[in-house]
Amino acid sequence: MATTVTPKPPAEKKNRLGLTREAYTGGKSTLCSGCGHDSITAQIIQAFFETGVDPKNVVKVSGIGCSSKTPAYFLGQAHGINAVHGRMPSLATGANAANRKLKCIGVSGDGDTASIGLGQFCHLIRRNVEVIYIIENNGVYGLTKGQFSATADMGTAHKKGEINEMPPVDCCGLAVELGCGFVARSFSADFKQLKALLEAAIHHNGTAVLDVVSPCVTFNNHPASTKSYKYSKDHEIPLHDIDIIPHFEPQAEIHIEPGTTREVELYDGAKIVLKKLEEDYDPTNRAQATQSIERSRQAGQFLTGLIYLDTARRSYVDQLHLVDEPLANLPQSRLRPDPKALDEIMDSLK
Amino acid sequence: MPSENSQTPNVNDFSIHVATINGSGSQTSNNVLMRTIFQMGVPVSGKNLFPSNIQGLPTWFTIRASKHGYIARRKEVEVLVCMNPETALDDLKALPPNRVCIYDAPLKLSNKRTDCTFFEIPFARLVAEIPETDARLKKLLANMCYVGVAAELLGLDLAESEKALMKHFKGKTKPVALNMKALNLGVDYVRKTYPKAQVPYRIERMNATGGKIIVDGNMACAIGALMAGCSVIAWYPITPSSSLVESFIDLAKKYRHDPQTGKATYAVIQAEDELASLGMVLSAGWAGARAMTSTSGPGISLMAEFAGFGYYAEVPAVIVDVQRVGPSTGLPTRTQQADLLEVAYLSHGDTKHIALLPGTVEECYSMMQDAFDLAERFQTPVFVLSDLDLGMNNWMADPFPYPTKDFDRGKVYTDADIEKLRAAGKKFERYRDVESDGIPWRTLPGNPEEGGSYFTRGSGHDEAARYTERPEEYQRVMDRLARKYETAREWVPKPELTGGPVADIGIIAFGSSHTPVLEAMDQLSADGIRTAYLRLRALPFHRSVQEFVALHPRVYVVEQNRDAQMLKLLKADLPAELCTRLRSILHYDGLPVYADAIHEGIKRMEVPQRVVSGGKGPGTRGEE
Repeated sequence: MATTVTPKPPAEKKNRLGLTREAYTGGKSTLCSGCGHDSITAQIIQAFFETGVDPKNVVKVSGIGCSSKTPAYFLGQAHGINAVHGRMPSLATGANAANRKLKCIGVSGDGDTASIGLGQFCHLIRRNVEVIYIIENNGVYGLTKGQFSATADMGTAHKKGEINEMPPVDCCGLAVELGCGFVARSFSADFKQLKALLEAAIHHNGTAVLDVVSPCVTFNNHPASTKSYKYSKDHEIPLHDIDIIPHFEPQAEIHIEPGTTREVELYDGAKIVLKKLEEDYDPTNRAQATQSIERSRQAGQFLTGLIYLDTARRSYVDQLHLVDEPLANLPQSRLRPDPKALDEIMDSLK
Repeated sequence: MPSENSQTPNVNDFSIHVATINGSGSQTSNNVLMRTIFQMGVPVSGKNLFPSNIQGLPTWFTIRASKHGYIARRKEVEVLVCMNPETALDDLKALPPNRVCIYDAPLKLSNKRTDCTFFEIPFARLVAEIPETDARLKKLLANMCYVGVAAELLGLDLAESEKALMKHFKGKTKPVALNMKALNLGVDYVRKTYPKAQVPYRIERMNATGGKIIVDGNMACAIGALMAGCSVIAWYPITPSSSLVESFIDLAKKYRHDPQTGKATYAVIQAEDELASLGMVLSAGWAGARAMTSTSGPGISLMAEFAGFGYYAEVPAVIVDVQRVGPSTGLPTRTQQADLLEVAYLSHGDTKHIALLPGTVEECYSMMQDAFDLAERFQTPVFVLSDLDLGMNNWMADPFPYPTKDFDRGKVYTDADIEKLRAAGKKFERYRDVESDGIPWRTLPGNPEEGGSYFTRGSGHDEAARYTERPEEYQRVMDRLARKYETAREWVPKPELTGGPVADIGIIAFGSSHTPVLEAMDQLSADGIRTAYLRLRALPFHRSVQEFVALHPRVYVVEQNRDAQMLKLLKADLPAELCTRLRSILHYDGLPVYADAIHEGIKRMEVPQRVVSGGKGPGTRGEE
């Protein structure tokens, strides 16, 4: 399986900021060889590089688990904060409030999101905090050696043979239900789709949930697993082919056959071009999104692509009606009311 | 029936205890009564004893007038107002002999005791005369009516009551007139029914409250946070801390919006739980905002894991704990100082925190500002330990002074600093102890200079913030954190000494025990026991604490918990030979400690052969 091969562009290639891909890399991965997470890391590097986001204006947040280690492996020039298990959403929320200018990317796992952190996941979505929320989903706990997680499919088997009898938490279904404005599912080995979805997420102004099945080569890649490379490949049903036309490159050359594509505009003017596959899928239709998730569940399919998009909802910092400058950068003169204000308060208590 | 009373009246030194039903609007009446006395220049304090309930359960409000300026809780009651049928008999039973009881007529209390003076008032019938009011409003007005009764009996100036009402209703004349009508009905009824009545308690004008304010500790903390430039609050509602953030919101709406754009210079986030609150606060602090949360004991418990992260990853945060009674849900609307040990070491592993211990509303205000400075200076969570008594009750105070110090944003490298380091061939290392004070330098996200970023983690890290599991690297960071904590001893608010220098015994106390201790010192002095009192204002302890203990043969540690938590922290800090000098005065029944309990507790241990009259107060325990 060639899942860890990173597509490397020519060394001299520079993005619109004049930065090379090198500027988007991080420390060396300490994950198992062949881990799906490393492929996701590679696509994150590629997507940020190609979109031309200044890495120094990015914050990386994560919880605990194999997935949560990965922010150390990309965008080394960005500040990162890796805190406690399942609480990445609260970190994203606080960082957003403190500095609205920073692009926030959060990496979580299925245990981190669907078990210990399910509450924070839901409330992050309700608030529509601007963060690219990646769930590196492998259905098992890796660091503690292979216990089932809450996204393990019903009927899937443990490495030791035990069958999971509980239904999975479907993070995409839940995200749609909670009003998330960007819900996508992908596969760590589907490089092209994953990169396109990541790029689209970078352009989104609100919570963007990407549930990426990312097989655990050590604990959950056996024949009876539904989160293995083979099973995922065999059962993947992409909703569409995806391409991104960034807002700074409106003339980008993309081969479009009339009648076969659907264009969706993102928050900042970038466009997603969705190429129709088997049936026409409208990602802006919430009812259809819910139906598709349910149908694929019943059919045992692994549905990937942009499941739902709503760019109209205001992001959390917009709802907070904050000043344009980051709160973190405000000087004392703008944070401490003047003596007249204190006099007024004191008078009201006399 | 009331009789003519010829004894010398007690002027400006008594308590009024009002028993009502929760949710009946008695709070407004109680406040008007209290403010009337306050505006007459008489030092006053108000304590609300309320249930964990929205409507229907009993609630009490005690107003203490004290010409001596004592504002602590007093256990004795002189004037009882009974409005609640459910508690009336018990309330009356607890009233000492020869006191005054005003009661709602249907309660028919006058035949229950012969040693009290009764005033039977048909409140419902009186307010029934007020036209254009519905049943609910009539209930509220009945409460206002007892203010009129008390005013007439105690000699209050009705003009001051009207002023208090104007303040309460923010100048709206209609409700003021309506309430004054109810109040006057009470006055007229007393004049007509008890024309010759005299009670031995009088309020007479003094000049001891001029220019003063009345404020609760939560509001004081909110004003402190406002002036400290707090820019992010994440919180979860919990009694008794909710009003702190709600007060901040009210203030910030007025004073923290950009005059040009109308946009906010602060974010208040109501989180899904306290755990998320602290996560948000820590990442906001990490990103450079001045961030805080406010909660009570159960919330602190939920924050434990993140508190350890903040300590180890070195992230600023301000955490206010308005303590209530535990363990578990405990008594959510009663007061205690029993989160001390929890907060001091909150989280797993070797964790210890800086904590500030405000003892007055003035300090709620000033220490909130200290807390933000210390959190950024020491890059660590700083706790502010208030309690329900301090936080939710009314305290008289001098107006708060405008801050004279600029914000201390601590050791933050700017872009220029990073550039300079690089020019000098050096590198920014997040956890390097550059000045040997244990405090490293940090950078903020969004720092555009290359080499300024770092990866913050709760897992093992070295000086350069790299992941490590190496024994010596792990230990170096832990030792530096201990050094940082030692540095903090000189930076936190110093203990405050009262009394002495020649003293028979020492007293150590903190937080809301402060005002009762001051009163108890006067009582002990009258008994011939000279005291010196050291009020602790922060953890870690300043070295003067050890000097104080060394000066006194016996030191009484007064605290409002069962397990002598402060004494345990002192024992962990003091040399063994000094620990034997410490004794405990413990009060933990959920009501604020009062001077008599401290006085009697100390006297009992100081003069063991002497029988102390009055017995010990409930929940107060002296221990050697």
